[in-house]
Amino acid sequence: MSQEMMIECRNVWKVFGEDPKAFLDRHGGNPSREAFIDEGYIGAVRDVSFDVHAGEILIIMGLSGSGKSTIIRCITRLNDPTAGTIIFEGSDLLAANEAEMIELRRHKMGMVFQNFGLLPHRDVLSNVAFPLEVQGVDTAARMARAKEMIDLVGLGGRENYYPRELSGGQQQRVGIARSLAVEPDVWFLDEPFSALDPLIRAEMQDEFIRLQRLLKKTIVFITHDFEEATKLADRIGIMKDGRMVQLCAPEEMVLHPADDYVAEFARNAPRDRIVSVGAVMDKTDGRSKTSKASIHVKDKIGKVAEQVLNSSTPVPVIDDEGVVVGKLSRERITTALFSETEI
Amino acid sequence: MTIAAPEIRQESWLARLFQRDSVVVHAIIVGLIGIALAVVFDWARAWPAEWVIPVKAQISAFFVWLDKQATFGLFTVKQLTRTISWLIKQPLIWSEFLLWKGAKTHQLLPVIWQAIAAVAAVIVYRSRDLKTALIVAAAILAVVAIDGLPLILQSLTKSLRIDAWMEPQALIGVSQWPADILQSMTGSNRVRAFPWIAVVLGFGIFGHWAGGWRLAIIVTLCMSYLAFTGLWRESMKTFSLVVVAVPFSAILGLVLGVWVTRSERAAKIITPLFDLMQATPHLAYLVPVVVMFGAGQVPALIATMIFAMPPMARCTILAIQTVPSDITESGRMSGCTPRQLLWKVQLPSGQKTLLLGLNQVIMQTLAMVVICSLVGAQGLGHKLLFSLQQLKLGFATMQGAAIVLMAVVLDQITQAYARRSSDYVHHDEQSFWERHAHLIVFAGVLVASIIAAYITSHASTLGRDYLLFDNRDALELDKSIKAVTFAMIDFIKPIRDFLTVYTLIPMRDFYHLIPWTVVIGVIGVVSHRMGGWKLAALNVSLLFFVILAVGNWSYSVTTFYFVTSALVICVLIGVPLGIWCARSERVARVVMLICDTLQTFPSFIYLVPAIMLFRVGELAIIFAIIPYATVPAIRFTYLGLKKVPAVTIEAATMSGATPWQRLWKVELPVAIPEIMLGINQTIMMALAMTAITALIGGQDLGQEIYRALPTSDAGRGVMAGLGIASLGIVGDRLIGSWANKRKAELGVV
Ligand SMILES: Nc1ncnc2c1ncn2[C@@H]1O[C@H](COP(=O)(O)OP(=O)(O)O)[C@@H](O)[C@H]1O
Ligand SMILES: [Mg+2]
Repeated sequence: MSQEMMIECRNVWKVFGEDPKAFLDRHGGNPSREAFIDEGYIGAVRDVSFDVHAGEILIIMGLSGSGKSTIIRCITRLNDPTAGTIIFEGSDLLAANEAEMIELRRHKMGMVFQNFGLLPHRDVLSNVAFPLEVQGVDTAARMARAKEMIDLVGLGGRENYYPRELSGGQQQRVGIARSLAVEPDVWFLDEPFSALDPLIRAEMQDEFIRLQRLLKKTIVFITHDFEEATKLADRIGIMKDGRMVQLCAPEEMVLHPADDYVAEFARNAPRDRIVSVGAVMDKTDGRSKTSKASIHVKDKIGKVAEQVLNSSTPVPVIDDEGVVVGKLSRERITTALFSETEI
Repeated sequence: MTIAAPEIRQESWLARLFQRDSVVVHAIIVGLIGIALAVVFDWARAWPAEWVIPVKAQISAFFVWLDKQATFGLFTVKQLTRTISWLIKQPLIWSEFLLWKGAKTHQLLPVIWQAIAAVAAVIVYRSRDLKTALIVAAAILAVVAIDGLPLILQSLTKSLRIDAWMEPQALIGVSQWPADILQSMTGSNRVRAFPWIAVVLGFGIFGHWAGGWRLAIIVTLCMSYLAFTGLWRESMKTFSLVVVAVPFSAILGLVLGVWVTRSERAAKIITPLFDLMQATPHLAYLVPVVVMFGAGQVPALIATMIFAMPPMARCTILAIQTVPSDITESGRMSGCTPRQLLWKVQLPSGQKTLLLGLNQVIMQTLAMVVICSLVGAQGLGHKLLFSLQQLKLGFATMQGAAIVLMAVVLDQITQAYARRSSDYVHHDEQSFWERHAHLIVFAGVLVASIIAAYITSHASTLGRDYLLFDNRDALELDKSIKAVTFAMIDFIKPIRDFLTVYTLIPMRDFYHLIPWTVVIGVIGVVSHRMGGWKLAALNVSLLFFVILAVGNWSYSVTTFYFVTSALVICVLIGVPLGIWCARSERVARVVMLICDTLQTFPSFIYLVPAIMLFRVGELAIIFAIIPYATVPAIRFTYLGLKKVPAVTIEAATMSGATPWQRLWKVELPVAIPEIMLGINQTIMMALAMTAITALIGGQDLGQEIYRALPTSDAGRGVMAGLGIASLGIVGDRLIGSWANKRKAELGVV
């Protein structure tokens, strides 16, 4: 795959404690679990490597305390990693000094926080304009841009409300508008919808999808809700105790979870909307065309389930050129839809 | 069975107390050794005079040297202190002019022009940008300065004592216009201070803006009292000091607080310094200041500024540290530089805490300004001190009430302001008049009252005939107070004498009998058990080097005797009251309101009722301490009981405990650490108060400071002040560390 890389993390460590660097060195750069406990250090992120491709939505999941927030705080340098390298748009992020980091945050990164992180003493307009204000954009221009963002997230008319006068969902819309005001290259969202009620959460997810269709950003999104993840993700990474256990497309994760921990996450996934026909069909190498009713190799199985189940014989599967590449039987699709075991 | 259970527990408790390695056994052994030493050696009974380390004399000599000879090379310390005095005097001149002194018209020119320039700048800034605004302001000032150059030069040369060689005149005269206009309008070359009506109503209007009609009325009534009792001028003298000291303390506190949050090294140095400063009584600040700066308003200001600063620094640290991490992180992700983060994110988000700090600074400032009457600061405190010394109790009551009301006004107004300005709500379209209604009304009142003041001087300061309560009434009050106390003396005197002869004096004599070896030994052993070698070393060396070795042991014992006597009464009153509050919300509301009010009063005030009832003497001292120091005992008992987890109480009730059993066996044991923290606070406040009661006698450390004042004996005052601080620190470290440890064990936070 010759994908353009936005962010590359290599063997990133983030250890909290008295003197983390010395601690890592003492243990040859890879302390054991016991060493952490004995010496009272916390390995929030342990030896994590992954890439973020330009234009993709990468979702990071894991139980609370598994290091999700810490890894994106390393990428944004809100926390300095203890060891490892991070490349951001081709340059070494960890070599950047404070001033360069401020420039990066001002122009290339945007972030949305779980508890919104709005400034209580500023109204909606000036909260959204804040990132532009600290850059020194002049008043008229930043107000115009902020207004545009507020309209984009559907809060027009509330410009002079203060955060405490808004509902949680509205506050997060402000947070989203603020993070987009500077047109960032990468958009980080740290459990943006976790503090919201389920109904509002669904609404905000739809809102998010709408915005993403419009803006097409590179996104690193944290959640601990697998359903949310499958709804939005191009790829999903699962973290456990500071390690990245598996990082792949949702379909791959559902079909071949790396271990029980991942399987547990994938268990309640809506398979019908994730798994595609190609992944469960019986392959044939016939290379013939067919005139019979057929299904496409990239269709999700939920979409073709009715057709397959109603047909007494396996349904032929074709690719983009109309060539038959396999067939899908009733038994196969039933297992794929309802069995919890690997296929 | 049920009867036997507590007995068994008690036995095991007693047994535990006397286990081989228990702290009690160790303390008893050390105490016995101490007594044995005292029996054998004279030096163990009383520290021999020839062994006293002459620290006091050295400190005094040091200050004399600083004052007379010390130099920084380019300039001497004396010049430095003169410069500081001069700098601090500048804002004071203006606050005094505005509030009570008035001034000659032409003296006002600089400030009038500065004000014009400032207003112009604000107007331009609103419509254009900061740069243009600054240019406009600078241009105005430049034109005026050039025009008035000869006059400015003259006033400068005059202060250099070079006679002017010509009669100076403004070049064109533009700069003189405001003065000319004023003069021709008023027909007088003097400008009066703000009329009392303007100040009273100004407070009222601000009160209305910050807290609505209720506050407006309270504030206006309180301020009117000052005007209608003929204490206006004195009140404004006090207030003019407060007005200058507060911004300085607040800004210095803010800067230091920010510095502590930024640098770990600063935190290591400054935090313990603040602990020491807060344990040091008001009076102790005065001695070195008097030595360096002399007596009067300016030294009072300097002492006040230093004294009132730590609370602001503490609140700043708290404000910055408690900003939610999401907010600081969002600020950083928005691309803030560290400075932008501080000014645009952290400080505004912590505004409520900062304003609480400001409130504390104001209250401390008022308390200190009043006490500064001891170093010749004018104002209400000065009058009150005088009345107390003359035993003019009617006047003292009147003046004391004025101070109390002023404290109430300042406290209520700043609290309302803090609430209002962190209460963020949007307003729909408002017209200019609506938005600035209060300001406009105030401007109207100001103009009207200034005009009125030129018509009748009563509008400026109320004349004698109009006072509701004047000196004659005060004399009457004096007489009736004397009559009442005289009538009561038959009742009070036996009690007073009995208490003094049969409890206080024996107690004091007993304290003085205990050899220092025993005290220091036992404190050392207990400290070691509580907090290891470090704490033991700290406590022992404080007692040894700061108190014993410099020859202050006997004074300290007397101070300790005052504090413990008062403490017993404070606890006997405070703990039951606290329990009662915890039982009934209604009682709690009333009592907490009283506590809040008592805490806002400047401590000096508590001398008034004490002297009224007991005249001078030890009982008066103890009585003055009680209302001031009981508050924390009440408050912490109440809070401690409130913090007992509901499940614990329910479980006890379900096991069939009666309310009394529940209180004794469940609630109090859980609340004890919190109550001990309250007692700790009570001790600190009692210590602070003993320093002030020095005015009415006692052979204690406070008296030492007091006596050091007129003789400018810096060493004597400083060491006595540090002695009080040391007693406080030792008590705080022992009780505080025990209580916090116990709280953690019990799992109540
Ligand atoms: N500033 C910090 N100091 C010490 N430990 C921290 C700090 N921040 C996070 N941790 C620890 O690092 C681990 C990972 O935290 P986090 O990344 O916030 O988890 P997640 O976002 O997945 O819930 C947790 O055990 C947490 O307690
Ligand atoms: Mg998190």
